[in-house]
Amino acid sequence: MDPALEELKEIITAALGESVVETSQSRGELSVQVKRADIESVLTYLRDNVNCQFKQLVDLCGVDYPEREERFEVVYNMLSMTHNRRIRVKVRTGGEPVPSAVGVFSTAGWFERECWDMYGVPFEGHPDLRRILTDYGFEGHPLRKDFPLTGFVEMRYDDEKKRVVYEPVKMTQEFRTFDFLSPWEGDMPAVLPGDEKAEQAEAEGEGS
Amino acid sequence: MAQNQIKNMTLNFGPQHPAAHGVLRMVLEMDGEIIDRADPHIGLLHRGTEKLIENKTYQQSTPYFDRLDYVAPQNQEHAFVLAAEKLIGVEVPERAQYIRVLYCEIGRILNHILNVASYAMDVGAMTPMLWSFEDRERLMEFCERVSGARMHMNYYRVGGVSQDMPAGLAEDIMAWTETFPQMIDDMETLLTDNRIFKQRTVDVAKVTEAQALDWGFTGPNLRASGVAWDLRKSQPYDVYDKMDFDIPVGKNGDCYDRYLVRMMEMRESLKIMRQAIEKMPNGPTITEDRKVASPPRADMKSSMEALIHHFKLMTEGMHVPAGETYTAVEAPKGEFAVYLVSDGSNKPYRCKIRAPGFAHLQAMDMMCEGHMLADAVAVIGSIDVVFGEIDR
Repeated sequence: MDPALEELKEIITAALGESVVETSQSRGELSVQVKRADIESVLTYLRDNVNCQFKQLVDLCGVDYPEREERFEVVYNMLSMTHNRRIRVKVRTGGEPVPSAVGVFSTAGWFERECWDMYGVPFEGHPDLRRILTDYGFEGHPLRKDFPLTGFVEMRYDDEKKRVVYEPVKMTQEFRTFDFLSPWEGDMPAVLPGDEKAEQAEAEGEGS
Repeated sequence: MAQNQIKNMTLNFGPQHPAAHGVLRMVLEMDGEIIDRADPHIGLLHRGTEKLIENKTYQQSTPYFDRLDYVAPQNQEHAFVLAAEKLIGVEVPERAQYIRVLYCEIGRILNHILNVASYAMDVGAMTPMLWSFEDRERLMEFCERVSGARMHMNYYRVGGVSQDMPAGLAEDIMAWTETFPQMIDDMETLLTDNRIFKQRTVDVAKVTEAQALDWGFTGPNLRASGVAWDLRKSQPYDVYDKMDFDIPVGKNGDCYDRYLVRMMEMRESLKIMRQAIEKMPNGPTITEDRKVASPPRADMKSSMEALIHHFKLMTEGMHVPAGETYTAVEAPKGEFAVYLVSDGSNKPYRCKIRAPGFAHLQAMDMMCEGHMLADAVAVIGSIDVVFGEIDR
């Protein structure tokens, strides 16, 4: 536990007690989860307060946890050059719009567009929320955990039509994911991968 | 007299424009020859690196980092291995740390040479490009001798580097650091006081300190605006805290200052390289922790356990304890960072790559407004963008 970060945590929770949901510190990094609706005021406070001075929003990104009720997490990484410190602010959303941070940091514009593009998290009040990295006319949000690695379409140049055409992905070999769970070490799951069928077969055998 | 209706013109800049430094498509709204609005369209080189990394083991992920900013690959790798090391909590042998610092500075010079030279060519000077590529080639030879690959080194490993430097390499690099200052001097005589170069760059796209912070500028672009901030000094990683070097800082934040900062940084990098070679201790170059790094090849011939470790690492890979970290390094272009989330398995759960060029290119609209079309070329050159890292 870094005492300086601990102190910073105290300051933030004292000032923004209403908005803060949870704080945690690990490996010398402080992370604060706040309420989605308050993100703008939290970022403004962190930027302008004398003890915080997080003048730069260096990174903004999304993370997808499909098993959670509010599956998306939007992560803001901030840097204070005055105090030589970093902080991580998080909000959670299940697809509901997150207030845009463009008014606080101009740099948030493209990062939010990327987050929208990759995860489909909408940002309320963003002046220009278009896709940014994917192709013109792309469908879906590729970094979601339920989006397949191969995607849905592939494109090629059609010599007859004299233009680029999109087609559904054709795989000559099925995509392979390897299972590295070792049954001999660590936490063993109740049913080992591959064994589900054995139990099914047994159950069916009893039934007949 | 008949009145002429003048409409604003929309101009497509790129994606195959030689001054676009890759695949930038920029839609410019022109009022005559003055730029009203610049809207960069990026993503033409998007390869889904982050998605791919989520489906690869940690060791299989490092090569993807070479292919981000392919001008200075080793600095990207460094960020990723540092992040993974932080999560695992593994100690890196000192010799490996020195080698990494040495090669990071080689990467910095590789990048700055290319940027300054191509920037000069964008605004009309041909010679620096022709001259400087000779030294770039020499540097890439040093990369080849240590890793086997000129560009995509894949040399840094979690816990150290893949192999020790071959005999005689340190001396050759040392000899090169003695000759390179002459090359910088030559470039400076061509450019620094060149009237045409100054006409094209001085007072073009001025960025104030407040603007630079607001737009998330880092690296030389931030320092050109007068902010003395360098992660190698303020948040040192590996053995940067043992190095003695200065941080060049600009004054006006225009294109010319960004060029000057890069030229000065090359001289500072040389200083660091010399110190790294002089201070480099002997010893192992990768950690002895067999759950992280594979054993030496010779051991595998005689030891069963070494063979098993090697097999497990090459197939399954290492398991990284659950947690998350935001680890940043001072890449040549600015703060390059990896936000790594691990769920305890052998693959990263999420690996967000924070590319400095992404934030810099975003500010094009702010920097170009009110400038001439020809200045847009100078601005793109001066902010040093490479599309491998912006599009990811």
